[in-house]
Amino acid sequence: MFDNFPLWPARASTGAGNVDALFIFLVLLAGFMSLAIFTMIVVFALKYRNRPGHGAQQIEGSVPLEVTWSAVPLAIFMVIFGWGAVIYFQERTPPRGADEIYVVAKQWMWKLEHEQGQREINELHVPVGRDVKLIMTSQDVIHSFYVPAFRIKQDVLPGRYTTAWFRATKPGVYHLFCAEYCGTAHSGMIGQIVVLEPALYQAWLSGGTTSGSLAANGETIFQQLGCPTCHRFDIQGRGPNLQGIFDRPVLLEDGRTVVADENYIRESILSPSAKIVNGFKPIMPTFQGLVSEEQLAALVAYIKSLTPPSGTAKLAPPAKSQEPRE
Amino acid sequence: MATTAITAEREHYLNTDYGIRSWLLTTDHKRIALLYLVTITLFFFIGGFFALLIRLELLTPAGDLVQADTYNKLFTMHGQVMIFFFLIPSIPAVLGNFLIPMMVGAKDLAFPRINLLSWYLLVVAGILMLHCIITGGVDSGWTFYTPFSTAFSNTKVIEAGVAIFIAGFSSILTGLNFVVTIHRMRAPGLTWSRLPLFVWAHYATSIIQLLGTPVLAITLLLVVFERAFNLGIFDPTRGGDPLLFQHLFWFYSHPAVYIMILPSMGVVAEIIPCFSRKRIFGYSAVAMSSIAIAVFGFLVWAHHMFVAGISLYSAMIFSILSYLVAVPSAIKVFNWTATMYKGSIHFNTPMLYAMGFIGLFTMGGLTGLFLAALGIDVHVTDTYFVIAHFHYIMVGGAVMGYLGGLHFWWPKISGRMYPEWLGKFAALTVFLGFNLTFFPQFILGYLGMPRRYWQYPAEFQVLNVFSTAGSTILAVGYVLPMIYFLWSMRYGKVADANPWGAAGLEWKTSSPPPTSNFEEVPEVTWEAYNYDEIPAPEEVPVG
Amino acid sequence: MADSPLTIEHEEGLQHQFVDVEQQRNAVSLGMWLFLATEIMFFGGMFCAYLVYRYWYYNEFAAGSRSLDLTWGTLNTAVLICSSLTVALGVRAAQLGKRKLLIVLLVLTLLFGLTFLGIKGIEWYAKYTEHHIPGASFDASDLIKDYPQIPIDPAHEQIYFSLYFAMTGLHALHMIIGVGIFSFILFYAWKGRYTPAYHTPVEISGLYWHFVDIVWIYLFPLLYLIDRRPLR
Repeated sequence: MFDNFPLWPARASTGAGNVDALFIFLVLLAGFMSLAIFTMIVVFALKYRNRPGHGAQQIEGSVPLEVTWSAVPLAIFMVIFGWGAVIYFQERTPPRGADEIYVVAKQWMWKLEHEQGQREINELHVPVGRDVKLIMTSQDVIHSFYVPAFRIKQDVLPGRYTTAWFRATKPGVYHLFCAEYCGTAHSGMIGQIVVLEPALYQAWLSGGTTSGSLAANGETIFQQLGCPTCHRFDIQGRGPNLQGIFDRPVLLEDGRTVVADENYIRESILSPSAKIVNGFKPIMPTFQGLVSEEQLAALVAYIKSLTPPSGTAKLAPPAKSQEPRE
Repeated sequence: MATTAITAEREHYLNTDYGIRSWLLTTDHKRIALLYLVTITLFFFIGGFFALLIRLELLTPAGDLVQADTYNKLFTMHGQVMIFFFLIPSIPAVLGNFLIPMMVGAKDLAFPRINLLSWYLLVVAGILMLHCIITGGVDSGWTFYTPFSTAFSNTKVIEAGVAIFIAGFSSILTGLNFVVTIHRMRAPGLTWSRLPLFVWAHYATSIIQLLGTPVLAITLLLVVFERAFNLGIFDPTRGGDPLLFQHLFWFYSHPAVYIMILPSMGVVAEIIPCFSRKRIFGYSAVAMSSIAIAVFGFLVWAHHMFVAGISLYSAMIFSILSYLVAVPSAIKVFNWTATMYKGSIHFNTPMLYAMGFIGLFTMGGLTGLFLAALGIDVHVTDTYFVIAHFHYIMVGGAVMGYLGGLHFWWPKISGRMYPEWLGKFAALTVFLGFNLTFFPQFILGYLGMPRRYWQYPAEFQVLNVFSTAGSTILAVGYVLPMIYFLWSMRYGKVADANPWGAAGLEWKTSSPPPTSNFEEVPEVTWEAYNYDEIPAPEEVPVG
Repeated sequence: MADSPLTIEHEEGLQHQFVDVEQQRNAVSLGMWLFLATEIMFFGGMFCAYLVYRYWYYNEFAAGSRSLDLTWGTLNTAVLICSSLTVALGVRAAQLGKRKLLIVLLVLTLLFGLTFLGIKGIEWYAKYTEHHIPGASFDASDLIKDYPQIPIDPAHEQIYFSLYFAMTGLHALHMIIGVGIFSFILFYAWKGRYTPAYHTPVEISGLYWHFVDIVWIYLFPLLYLIDRRPLR
């Protein structure tokens, strides 16, 4: 009977244990405080119930008591805040070298693409023990990528990328839910995360489609759209050289400096006039409406793969190494 | 002042004039309070009906009672009706309107005609809302998130938005009336530190209503404009930011929850001293806590957006501020409990509701600590954990405070006593039904059941069944008072001026009060809650 | 200290819930100031949206701002400031019991108000003919042509004009309400309702009008004067 009546979610990621630890602490704290208040109320109600010979004793208040029961809760709250903030910081800081999955949400399905090119709908295969970073956007309304077993959730927005990450610890199949109301089939926009042992995952990967890696597709699109006309790798063209720009600071013509992350690359394609690189003219046309989210993801993956100009630009993403997590 | 006359009945606000015009054109704050009572009770049952349909659908994992679109409309309209047409008006518009002039020793509020206008605005808004519901409804969620509400929903978003916009003005004008009344119309000798805490609570509430509601108004107006005139402010394809809407919306909607809870805290602060026969413990602390909640409440809105895409550092700031706003609420709970210490406790119905309030509000408030913790919130936001949290506060807290207040002041309002044993029975039914309905939802939330789900995985069913069972019990608990309050107006025992032996100026006038509230303008020379001077009623009144 | 409310003499215009005229005037005045505070919050939401988008899409805002007619805008600003002057003088006239002067000033105020609305209509019509109304017929190509030095994304340009219409539209609505209120004030002034002892409605209506004026004083530079430097 308890198979159908779970009282605790599966714990399948490195972060889940941390979240559960704080949760259990809070359950104990809240349980204790609730019990204390309930008990006091019941005890006072009974002990001081109205009966002959038991009048009320007028007590104005007590400043020391007020200070105590303000300061002590505040101190406890600050501890909880700090603990929760640390967990959140970890949750929102994807480690370097993570496997990247591009996610496009739309009413009412999840489209996922691995760097190697495999595409999945409403299902995501990942290996145990590897960091996985999700780079997500929506085609229409706000959705939210929620995997209870990993204790992760991140809203997926139209018009920009948001990210989430996890490292799965247990093979199995886990719920994927959309957690931001998005219309008629919001509760049908569900799927599963399939966590496989590394060997099985490799087998799954190689049995996948041969439509080329994301970055390779991106290079094709890059050529097709005529980007190399201005963004040349050999000489200085009318547009900035894109080799090695990812995750590096960029000086803009209005004096600001921004980091060239996924959102910057995406914005530069869809709304190039928003940020003009210092020393260049605002002549890049917009590709809004001319590229789909999947094509954008491929372009972003391609540009990310371009190493700084010191030799030939590699086409395949560099080999990933992942530091062991503490 | 016994009023068991058989022939010439003393004139009071209820019998001073008969006929529908004397009610619909009244400027008497007490009659307006009753007009509001009827209106919001109607909306309470409409919103409650939607809730029952939701719970019925959720009995089974499959979507088999209504269609998905219908379900989406049900939870949307349940939220909108309950929040804007029941909870926000409830205590201020019914009990606040009735009592605040009397509590400050005035003949009426500062602006009686604006008070009537407030009611008409709510009625007009309510009619528009009902029309919207009947002619197709709205499915944007009560939160109206863009771009779904502006560009993707095929339902009557504009009509619902306009209805809530108008209702907002009703709320603003009530707040305005209260602030001016409390500032300018206190009786001689009634200093701020002698005011009942009910008045302090409504003062704080009114500040929020005044400063927060206009932001909701402009936000909804922009959504309506966007839909009606195809503007682009929230359209991502034109550069609109989905988060801008959320910031603007929650800037009001978070303080709004304090509009909904502060008044009931004020009610509890009146009931506990009376039925403990003791001055409130820590009067200044409780009064200042109300103000602190109002002020801090404006600083925490983005804790609804921890996973929305705000920056890490914004999230940290809003998390720490959210813990600050929890402190004054904790202070209040401790002070109320301490008031019972060495008191002389009477277990009348209002006291049962007040004790239930303290317990359930404490639980709801403690679960707020979970949500303010960033790392936990990521997992439980947008799940049933949040639903359980806010229902503990709004239903276990605010509604129980409202019912407790109705029972406490019913003799003053109607001149009659309700049947005490039925009152106790209903209070217990509400308490039990409530916990059975909403406690399982905490577990569902941590398990991962998202909000606003018409269908759900089978492993969540057992807890949902418990929840639905509880909701039927809760419904009984709510229907009972409506029946016996109506019954009491004709058949209930006639009430004295002060059947509870309570402190406060309102108890010094007759039940029901005359239209001008007081025969003579009172002059106040005593501190609030002077229970050392007021004898307990010799007999606990029973119906 | 307070007499029984049954024996107090009812002064002209004193409402029954107030003890004396002083209390009534204080209450009414406080009420209007509080209402204006709500109006600040109301417009404030839109100003917030404006601030965010101006920061993100500065070029589009600058180009949109240039496309507004500075002559009409400045004229309207002068008109409103003059109308606030006539309102302030009108309140003074009411305080001094000068009924005829009050009526003249109120009429002038109304004329100024209607002038403002008329000019606003002209400006809006110009935006219509230039295809700057957001939506299906929006076309920013004239801006791109006129200001080649400013890199403009036509999609974002719509946001500027959406805010332009929302902000000036809401302001105009408040002006219309103000004109309505002052029409009533004019009517009652003509009937001789206002005396030095009782002219609170004139004062608080004046407060409202000044507030609407101040909102425009903010709107004008924010919408019209974003960047009027000569282009290279």
